[in-house]
Amino acid sequence: MALVEIRNVHKSFQRDTQVIEVFENLTLDVQDKSFTALMGPSGSGKSTLLNLLAGLDRPTSGTITVAGAQVNAMTPSALAAWRARHIGFVFQSYNLLPVLTAFQNVELPLLLTRLSKKERDERVRIALGVVGLGDRLEHYPRQLSGGQEQRVAIARAIVSDPTLTLLDEPTGQLDKRSAEEVLTLLQRLNTELHKTIIMVTHDAHAAEKASQVLHLEKGVLAP
Amino acid sequence: MNLLPLVLANLRRHRLRTLLTVLGVALATFLFASLRSVVTTLNAGSEVASASRMVVTHATALVFPLPMSYRERLKTVPGVEAVTWANWFGGQYGDGKLFFAQFAIDPESYLAMYPEISVPADQRAAFLAERSAALVGKGLMEKAGWHLGQNVTIRGTIFPGDWTFTIRAVYTPTVRALDDRSFMFQYAYLDERTEHRVTPGWYVLQLRDAGLAPTVAQTIDETFRNSSAPTKTGTEKAFNQGFVTMWGNVQFLMNSIGMAVVFAILMVTANAMMMTARERTGEVAVLKTIGFTDRTLFGLVMAEAGLVTLTGAVLGLGGAKLLYAGTAFNGFGMLPGFDVTAGTLAIGFGVALLLAVASGLVPALRAARLSIVQALRHVE
Amino acid sequence: MIPFAYNLRSIAQRPVSTTMTALGVALVVAVFVAMLALAHGFRAALVKTGSPDNVIVLRRGADSEMSSGLSRDNARLIATDPRIASGVDGRPLVSPEVYVVINVPRVVGAGLSNVVARGVNAEAFTVRHTHLVAGRWFQSGRSEIVVGKKVAPRFAHTAIGDTLRFANRDWVVVGQFEAGGSALESEIWGENEQFMPVFRGDVFQSVIFRLRDPAAFDDVKRALEGDQRLQVQVQRESAFYAGQSTILTGVLTALAMMITSIMAVGAVFGAVNTMYAAVSSRTPEIAVLLTLGFPPRSVLASFLAESALIAILGGVAGGLLALPINGIVTSTTNWNSFSEVSFAFRVTPDLLLGGVVFALVMGLVGGFFPAWRAARLQVVQALR
Repeated sequence: MALVEIRNVHKSFQRDTQVIEVFENLTLDVQDKSFTALMGPSGSGKSTLLNLLAGLDRPTSGTITVAGAQVNAMTPSALAAWRARHIGFVFQSYNLLPVLTAFQNVELPLLLTRLSKKERDERVRIALGVVGLGDRLEHYPRQLSGGQEQRVAIARAIVSDPTLTLLDEPTGQLDKRSAEEVLTLLQRLNTELHKTIIMVTHDAHAAEKASQVLHLEKGVLAP
Repeated sequence: MNLLPLVLANLRRHRLRTLLTVLGVALATFLFASLRSVVTTLNAGSEVASASRMVVTHATALVFPLPMSYRERLKTVPGVEAVTWANWFGGQYGDGKLFFAQFAIDPESYLAMYPEISVPADQRAAFLAERSAALVGKGLMEKAGWHLGQNVTIRGTIFPGDWTFTIRAVYTPTVRALDDRSFMFQYAYLDERTEHRVTPGWYVLQLRDAGLAPTVAQTIDETFRNSSAPTKTGTEKAFNQGFVTMWGNVQFLMNSIGMAVVFAILMVTANAMMMTARERTGEVAVLKTIGFTDRTLFGLVMAEAGLVTLTGAVLGLGGAKLLYAGTAFNGFGMLPGFDVTAGTLAIGFGVALLLAVASGLVPALRAARLSIVQALRHVE
Repeated sequence: MIPFAYNLRSIAQRPVSTTMTALGVALVVAVFVAMLALAHGFRAALVKTGSPDNVIVLRRGADSEMSSGLSRDNARLIATDPRIASGVDGRPLVSPEVYVVINVPRVVGAGLSNVVARGVNAEAFTVRHTHLVAGRWFQSGRSEIVVGKKVAPRFAHTAIGDTLRFANRDWVVVGQFEAGGSALESEIWGENEQFMPVFRGDVFQSVIFRLRDPAAFDDVKRALEGDQRLQVQVQRESAFYAGQSTILTGVLTALAMMITSIMAVGAVFGAVNTMYAAVSSRTPEIAVLLTLGFPPRSVLASFLAESALIAILGGVAGGLLALPINGIVTSTTNWNSFSEVSFAFRVTPDLLLGGVVFALVMGLVGGFFPAWRAARLQVVQALR
């Protein structure tokens, strides 16, 4: 059984009087421990798919199963708890909380767990160590470079050891060198730590780092 | 609580805004406590009265004196243990700017009737021994800068002429709410210096038992109903309360202003909370993506509002309590024993709590109900 | 200058925040206006009680009518002064008066209240500028009384036809009078010759008379006060009553100032918050304006104007909030006589204008530092 199973998903938006069809009948499997790049032009539905997987949005019909749990059927509060446990999410614009330090930002997801202060401390240090920022614990986001901010965001996404890590254009706002660092990091997370990763990107070079590339065009998947 | 650092970090985001909002709440609760204390102090003034004392006045009005002969007749009323009397002198001291109450009293019986007027034994003896001696409250002594043995001249308005008294005794009230700015002197001196015969302005009775008050009142008022000076007898508390109501509807005035103050600050606080919440829409969406539940986010905003208003309330209410106690404020002599009571403090904190709920509710609900997808689209 | 329309639009863009800030200011202004309207009302009632062409004569040393006393001989002597005006029937306009304060049961709220009972003669109605609104005047020699129009709604047994008992006698209420909203409307009037024997014996408390020529006051004062037979003090009636209002009016005004200035600080905090938020959310716009060549003082003026506008909106709203209390009748005690005085709140145009000016000051103070920050913005930093 695949880790992620998307079956016959139909998704449409109502915008004013117009109905926009994003997916009419989408079916997709993502295997455990894989690194999938999802490519496609703007408006192809990449981000919508990511939102559906994270349970941030619901399909109009069809089912989405992640690690055996049917995401589309959960109540909002069950969904929040499920997200905390199973999903790590990285945004294009990092979205760190400016009032918290790197350490506190990474610690955020752990505040929702029953871990003790000491255990949390340990995990945060490990996560920041993995992304190579073990020496930036007390820095605030505005004191970090874009590449560093994005790596903090990745640490925040993996700190609770989620089942699935989702990234939405993680290198979209980075210069070439920083982007390279982030991509290498993602590759390492996949090969060394066996994290399952789905990354949305429109950068062909970035997609090359993945073990599997999918193309999404007008709501239809092609390998 | 795990999330407290997050709340604190959020409050530090706009330090000035947080500070101003806290100070706003502090000002509001300070004013609230001050206004309410005016009411509680006025009421406490009538509480100071003893339940077993009654006051007999002329039925027509306080300004009409009662015959001296009533003294013996009142003594014979069943339940009455002691009788004393006093007169309102109503004089003016200096240019009239220092206002204080002056009474002519029958010294021995009056001081026996009022044990809460505490006078050192030697001064008491000196006061009793001299016709023109005066007994002055400690507060008035300090305010006027007088000292024992000093001569004080008061210009009579009801009893014409210049009256000179020698201060022979100073009293200290043993209860806070008793006025410590009164000026008392011997009734005999008033009588002696006035051309026509002076008679008592009111009588004070000591009852054997407070429960007898209604019967005693009825007996006395019946007895004198058809005489030339009919009486009105009531408990000392009712007598004092009569003076409180003379100010007009102080309670209503103070409460109305208090409400306006609280609402004005509600506007300021709620506005600050809303602005803060609006600026953070994107962050709320991020927290939700991480897995924070709607309820937790609701709680975070409410906790922030609560922390702001409670800090303000501690400053405002604590400030009021300390300031008034520290400066021994007494409303320029009009509010002896001015005090911020525990009840006022409790209500003040209740108001702060309501303020927190009222100002935090809308932004907290908005945060809880925020749609992640829409908010993120806004951010990205 | 940056067009004012720009401020109007930006205010309209954040209606909630603007409304709340303005409402905060409005409540402060409402309290300000209401409390001063109370003080004004009380003062007006007492000031109106006295007329500048009337003279009141009291015993020397008395600070109010209550503590005064004048013998019949004195009263007769005073009435012969040639500077006293005459009425249509040729009689001098003099009213020797008996003044006492009596207990009357209240209608609302149990208990008794102190009401002025004034014994007057037939000339008093003319001297005191009073008019009947219902019933008739009392007749000489009878146990009849007339009451001010503010008495009947507040006290029991004071409607026309009722019998009010005081001083061991029954008095029939035969009329109701008005006196231009003055404190006299809180009084009960009977004939002086009827009141004298039942109250304080053969003595008047005051003599009031109308001057033929108001400018003659100084002459009259010198003549009467210099008369060794009299031992009196002479005051213009208007000054006498205005004097009775100074203490309470002073207390109320001081209280109003104290309370509203503390409240105002809170409202200013609100304005500061709002304006800082407005400045920071518009940082890029300000940078553009500065880049276009608008001088910093234009930016300063623009934000000050915006803050002032919000505050003035609040000030006007506060005035409107306070307006309905105009005319509401309340009561307090005239501490010079220990009697109850009813009076109406008076919201005057001056007071409303004062409220708006007060609001404007709050707006300018609250807007200054945010506007200052906007004006000193570094363009390069803002556009980054």
